Amino acid sequence: MSIVIEKLNYVYMAGGPYETHALRDVNLTIEDGEFVGLIGHTGSGKSTLVQHLNGLLMPTSGRILVDGMDLADKDTDRRAVRQRVGLVFQYPENQLFEETVEKDIAFGPKNLGLGEEEIARRVRDAMRRVALDYDTLHERSVFELSGGQMRRVAIAGVLAMEPQVLVLDEPCAGLDPRGREEILSLIRGLHSECGTTIVMVSHSMDDVASLAERVIVMNKGGVFMDGAPREVFSRGEELRAIGLDVPQAVQLAQKLRDRGFDVPQGVYRIEEIKAVIEGIAGKGEKHA
Amino acid sequence: MLNDITLGQYFPGNSPIHRMDPRMKLILTIVYIVGVFMVSNLPGYAIALAFLYLVVRVSGISFKYLVKGIKPLRFILIFTFVLNLFFVEGETVLLSLGFVRITKEALENAVFFALRLVFLVMGTSVLTLTTSPIRLTDGLERLMKPLQRFHFPAHELAMMMTIALRFIPTLLEETDKIKKAQMARGADFESGNLIARAKAMIPLLVPLFVSAFRRANDLAMAMEARCYRGGDHRTRLRELKYTRLDLYGLLATAAFIAVIIAEGKLLG
Amino acid sequence: MASNDVNRIVASHLSYAYPEADRNAVEDVSVRVKKGEFLAILGHNGSGKSTLAKLFNALYVPSAGTVWVCGLDTKDDALVFDIRQHAGMVFQNPDNQIVATVVEEDVAFGLENNGVEPAQIRLRIDEALAAVNMSDFALKAPHLLSGGQKQRVAIAGVLAMKPDVIILDESTAMLDPSGRQEVMNTVHRLNREEGISVVIITHYMGEAATADYVIVMDDGRVAMSGTPREVFTQVAKVRALGLDVPPMTDLADMLRADGIGIRADVLTVDEMVEEVCRLSSRS
Repeated sequence: MSIVIEKLNYVYMAGGPYETHALRDVNLTIEDGEFVGLIGHTGSGKSTLVQHLNGLLMPTSGRILVDGMDLADKDTDRRAVRQRVGLVFQYPENQLFEETVEKDIAFGPKNLGLGEEEIARRVRDAMRRVALDYDTLHERSVFELSGGQMRRVAIAGVLAMEPQVLVLDEPCAGLDPRGREEILSLIRGLHSECGTTIVMVSHSMDDVASLAERVIVMNKGGVFMDGAPREVFSRGEELRAIGLDVPQAVQLAQKLRDRGFDVPQGVYRIEEIKAVIEGIAGKGEKHA
Repeated sequence: MLNDITLGQYFPGNSPIHRMDPRMKLILTIVYIVGVFMVSNLPGYAIALAFLYLVVRVSGISFKYLVKGIKPLRFILIFTFVLNLFFVEGETVLLSLGFVRITKEALENAVFFALRLVFLVMGTSVLTLTTSPIRLTDGLERLMKPLQRFHFPAHELAMMMTIALRFIPTLLEETDKIKKAQMARGADFESGNLIARAKAMIPLLVPLFVSAFRRANDLAMAMEARCYRGGDHRTRLRELKYTRLDLYGLLATAAFIAVIIAEGKLLG
Repeated sequence: MASNDVNRIVASHLSYAYPEADRNAVEDVSVRVKKGEFLAILGHNGSGKSTLAKLFNALYVPSAGTVWVCGLDTKDDALVFDIRQHAGMVFQNPDNQIVATVVEEDVAFGLENNGVEPAQIRLRIDEALAAVNMSDFALKAPHLLSGGQKQRVAIAGVLAMKPDVIILDESTAMLDPSGRQEVMNTVHRLNREEGISVVIITHYMGEAATADYVIVMDDGRVAMSGTPREVFTQVAKVRALGLDVPPMTDLADMLRADGIGIRADVLTVDEMVEEVCRLSSRS
């Protein structure tokens, strides 16, 4: 299942004094099974873009096709779209409302009109996938949980819809390093084990570098760059010019190149730069 | 729809009306309303209209904008008009259809009541359109201050108003976000009968309340950290001062009341 | 009182338990914040770091032990408002600490509470807004500002009180990278130019790396302390406490594990570049 975006434009408060052109002529295709990192500073249009992917926002002009369904068409079944494309908002724990963990996760499947047995299966399944123990937690109140657990319940609530595409807006915002690592590893697992297509909005270049297979950079409502992390991060100057950082491994590679070391283009992971330094040091030791 | 309501909105500007002391504006608005309620014939309403028009012109707000503000009130207006028309007892029967009887007195009453409502809303709209919320709360607080002697919580009320005004945009934004998050989980807020729709609000209202309580808790701690200890001994950045403008406003309103009374005596 | 000129905050054997909690959230902590010092308190969520911060300005009163803020004991009820004027606090959520509907009115809030004369308030809020580069926004509505701008308004509100210490309780946690940078630049400048002591509570290693001194909290206790270099280079221990190490320190650690003779206390990219140059020049 793919998502095709054609000439998408979106204008907030059209005609008013606060009119903002949030998206300009966006053309993208997200293929089945991809892991896309979506980056860009605040106001670049990335949050507006992801809200189009499941029909929460309607294009001002242009088209979005999800599994062949045209989202701009009024007759398209929105629920079917939202089942296929799951969207996890920033600070998703703020949407929890039910008395128990189980009931909250069941909210989505219930809205899909599924049978009780199927709902129960999905709740267990979703909890397992976010590493929450069903037996000890399903009857607990969501408001008794820790911050990291609440976030995982919220993600499970979207996973229980069994979407083929999972869109996450800043899934790690506000978490401490341990919580962040937990969330990132569960996202990694969803992608590699379940084959879910992932679109992850993030401010952390290091997170994107360690997970994504494709990086889309947004700027001023348009797609600024789109490619493999290796290509995108090798254009460090351009990224810095629009106020974005590059992963530290890329910064180090560039600075070593500036000092005359032979560092291959496109190095962006810590392991890669480590191998390069070991090469340099190894040569040093041989000559010594 | 919400954008149509002019009552309670502020229209930034620098007209003499804008620059008047909020306390004076509050008092004069009340005086004006009393004046309007004293009117009991059509020429009197013409005078009130002339006065209102004058004030609006001086304030620099377009009269049309103000009239537009009446639109959302049309149902209340029609309702009260009809209510007055049918249920006020009178002598002179104008129309009689079965048990429905419309009298001259009832018609007069209905028209005047509707007019009063219109003048009341337009008058208070002028107040809120020309006074920023913070100046308005300041004015209210200081007008009510003497009541504190009788344990009336003037400062607390004003502080509550300020905080409410501050958090309305934040909570509106949050409502939108939670609504979308639940829609992403297949929630439907738009279809179904009344009961189904009311039930559909739970996933929206519960998180909203939880968040509002958390915000209240955070805010209380932040206020405490900034040495908040109630209204006693508190000073204000902006001191309110009466100026010549307030005197003019007072005189103009006094003249309006005098004319209304004279007119009532002559024609009443 | 001579010692008070040097120490802004002194905490001695400090413990605190929340009402109805069966264990202490802060347990036997002793720390001091010197004049002009920049202290970072690190720790994973629930380690007690935020509780500790709230003990520093009498929002919480110690269950055992004592906190002195500029020589004032926080247990003394009569001193509470003095203490909060000396030690100002900026909180986590930018939306939940701004009280007024106009920026300058909010900056004035603390001064109004303390009964400062209107003319003096005017002067101080203008200064404070200038110090955080927000003068142009004095008459704006707070909800129209970015997260970083809102936090700078909150800092101005504290600054207007002329504090000796500013405590930032995870004030950057909800901001985007540019907002975080704005806030960190602002507090570093105030620390450098005005000599105001700063205590930041954070779990961002990058922010802690710029501090003079670092404390790592775990389970309510001080688990590690020292300069950022001393703390971060103990990679395994920092990890075990649920924290990250800066990527370059991590890299140095991995290289050392492979037998490369690199210094362990590398924190930044530039330091790593120097180390690699040193390694290769031995050839």
